[in-house]
Amino acid sequence: MATLICMPEVAANATQVTLQTWIKKEGEVVAVGDCLAEIETDKAIVEFIAERAGVMGPTLIQAGQEVEVGSPIGVLLDVGETSVNVSALLAKTGDNASVPQLPNPSTSETAAPPTLLSGSKVTPSHRVFVSPLARRLAKQRGIDLNTLIGTGPNGRIVKRDIEAGSAFAVSSPVMAQPSTVSPSTLGDYTEVPHSGMRRTIARRLTESKSTIPHFYLSVDCRMDRLMSLRSDINTAMPRKISVNDFIVRAVAVALREVPQANVGWTENAMRQYTQADIAVAVSTDFGLITPIVRAADRKSLSIISQEIADLAARARASQLRPDEYQGGSFSVSNLGMFGVSEFSAIINPPQAAILAVGMTQQVPVVEDGAVKIASVMRCTLSVDHRAIDGALAAQWLAAFKRLLENPLSMLI
Amino acid sequence: MTHPVFDLVVIGSGPGGYVAAIRAVQLGMKTAIVERAELGGICLNWGCIPTKALLRCADVLRLTKDASHFGVKVTASTANVPAMVARSRAVAAQLNKGIDSLMKKNGITVLSGHARLEGKGSLKVTDKSGRATLVSAKNIILATGARARNLPGLDPDGKTIWTYRDALNPPSVPKRMVIVGAGAIGIEFASFYHAVGVEVIVVEMADRVLPLEDIDISTQMASSLSRDGITLHTATAVQGAVREGAGWQLDLQGKTTSRVQADVVLVAAGIVGNVEDLGLEKTAIKIEKTHIVTDQFCQTQEPGIYAIGDVAGPPWLAHKASHEGVICVEHIAGLHPHPLDSKRVAACTYSHPQVASVGLTELQARADGRKVKVGKFPFVANGKAIAMGATTGFVKVVFDETSGELLGAHMLGEEVTEMIQGFAIAQSLEATEAELMAAIFPHPTMSEAMHEAVLSAYGRALHI
Repeated sequence: MATLICMPEVAANATQVTLQTWIKKEGEVVAVGDCLAEIETDKAIVEFIAERAGVMGPTLIQAGQEVEVGSPIGVLLDVGETSVNVSALLAKTGDNASVPQLPNPSTSETAAPPTLLSGSKVTPSHRVFVSPLARRLAKQRGIDLNTLIGTGPNGRIVKRDIEAGSAFAVSSPVMAQPSTVSPSTLGDYTEVPHSGMRRTIARRLTESKSTIPHFYLSVDCRMDRLMSLRSDINTAMPRKISVNDFIVRAVAVALREVPQANVGWTENAMRQYTQADIAVAVSTDFGLITPIVRAADRKSLSIISQEIADLAARARASQLRPDEYQGGSFSVSNLGMFGVSEFSAIINPPQAAILAVGMTQQVPVVEDGAVKIASVMRCTLSVDHRAIDGALAAQWLAAFKRLLENPLSMLI
Repeated sequence: MTHPVFDLVVIGSGPGGYVAAIRAVQLGMKTAIVERAELGGICLNWGCIPTKALLRCADVLRLTKDASHFGVKVTASTANVPAMVARSRAVAAQLNKGIDSLMKKNGITVLSGHARLEGKGSLKVTDKSGRATLVSAKNIILATGARARNLPGLDPDGKTIWTYRDALNPPSVPKRMVIVGAGAIGIEFASFYHAVGVEVIVVEMADRVLPLEDIDISTQMASSLSRDGITLHTATAVQGAVREGAGWQLDLQGKTTSRVQADVVLVAAGIVGNVEDLGLEKTAIKIEKTHIVTDQFCQTQEPGIYAIGDVAGPPWLAHKASHEGVICVEHIAGLHPHPLDSKRVAACTYSHPQVASVGLTELQARADGRKVKVGKFPFVANGKAIAMGATTGFVKVVFDETSGELLGAHMLGEEVTEMIQGFAIAQSLEATEAELMAAIFPHPTMSEAMHEAVLSAYGRALHI
């Protein structure tokens, strides 16, 4: 039977949210775990994952439209079901509030226009099975139950799932489950079903790399002064500041200096960010996640350093809240500690740029006609050409290089 | 000669072993079980069940003695201990036959004899006549159980120094008995032997009886036993024992020293795991304090060998052994069971009055650094308990203040062992105080005291 798709509660305390993009189009087959749509709150862009399989039916709101959490936004049909009486479905919700006209009522077979509820709470179309204790703990800790996979009887979410903090919808028992096919028929491998996080990484990066026109700019930064300053600071301070902390700070200050580069591409408008929210790539046992240092342009180096350490530790313990890793205006990915000299990274949408940071190494450089040994770090900026042109990107990169090479200026 | 090959061989047919074997068959494994004594193990033959049969006799005796309070005239009510023991043995025999037919019904091969590991995947079973059979097994579960711990100078002889086994089948009924150990086993036998007219003295090293229970339970238990006429020496050790006449003279060291005489000494001071003569020394299996070291899925250090129940460590409870049996077999079968949560294993003592508990005691919860809400309700304020003449005892609950999680429940009183499952289910379903308050408890029942205890934790008790 057809069911209404209702706007989920994507972030704590967000009552009005915007449907950014419908990922599933009418008529497309929906499997459990598929992304139906991307939803935007004032903080983040979140994927709306299907919890039921079926076929995408008519949508009730358009991309870009803002609605209340709980409002019906579309219809999910059963496989084989071709028509649906949307009004009857909506009437069943027991609400007949305001009736905005849909721009394209032909998507439904009903005579009456479908209704869009506003100012009313509607029960979500799916039921999340969750123990009373787990429900309360999730509420207290601001964890969205929709992001969890339950490990209790019949997939019920129980206390241990909350404590596993699996904000990534990953849980070890599910990940560890090998294929039930006997090994002899498989040859020399086993198959581990994808976690929600793996699927998300795969889908988002495929989409990014295949739809965003990337271009790349590389720059060598002299690190001698920064290394010496860092060493001075670290002898004086109880808390050690890493090179990466400096880089995040420099990225944020450069974005403040060149605000035209602190933007994001959306279909209808250029989004100009007013602060530098820097996403920092962290590798975990479950996969890559990018927790965000908010307003890093307004935070001191030591605060940034502390925040990154805390976010990374909690990311590895699967204890991040969704609002701590969703959104962000710019990403930093640093593989220098693994001895990588240079690489180029894939943009993390809806951001427009990512900086790939290589290792700092001693190389011979020519200075005033003489060969000298210098510490050099190569950085490669990946840019969304729809949002940022080459000259602007180069201007930003120059600012970044200048800050790194004159590190005192970023401390002020 | 080829010897039989099994997917699973379980050594020991107690409540851990036979449940594991049945679950294994359900999951399609070719299964054998080895037992050197009686099917059903200690629980069914020399533990849980026969003690309950005896304690039931004590209940009947107590009720008939108190009959006049209920307006019933009983001229003479006296204990016939040999008849009580005979009844208890008959009950055990009946259940033993039941296990035999369960094994047959499930197609489980029963091998009588003593099993010894003989290198990778094989074991030797030697029967009473000394005939040995070699058996191959892809997986082996050690479910060999435990036995009473001996105390130095008090070697059980079955005549004047008893273990639980002798207490279940006594050669004679003593006039005066010292029970060493005030855990569940000691207290149950204290209740029974006191009821049938034996003068009972209990000696316990810890500073309270039932030391694993909540302190409120220990306190009320002690006062109830003392009121009945049982002598309790807590925080007391047996320093020495010498024969005196047909019995014993024991030197006790507590706050002061004292000396007691007894016809019989019952040693109930804990248990040791049955880890000897199993061939473990040739494996990587680790043993700590007579118990086999296992991981959360009962896997030992040696691949393919598992250990469950008493031999794998505390809590030494039959239902814990059975649960581990199921977890272990499901893990072997490649299913994904959840590890046993020891905070959700209920424990029962079938003394008079009974004790039942699950989860953390109040002190444990506080020591855990939690803010707790504690509720308590006495049976003396419960209508059904008054009607039954069973007003001894109370229900106590411990909640986590922040989450409303039911951390523990502790009960003392008549038939509380039949009620604790209510709280165990609540914990298992992860009910919070809200669901427990919203539940409708039938009136009139003693279980209403459970509801009231929950209400009282939140200042909402109605009948007190």
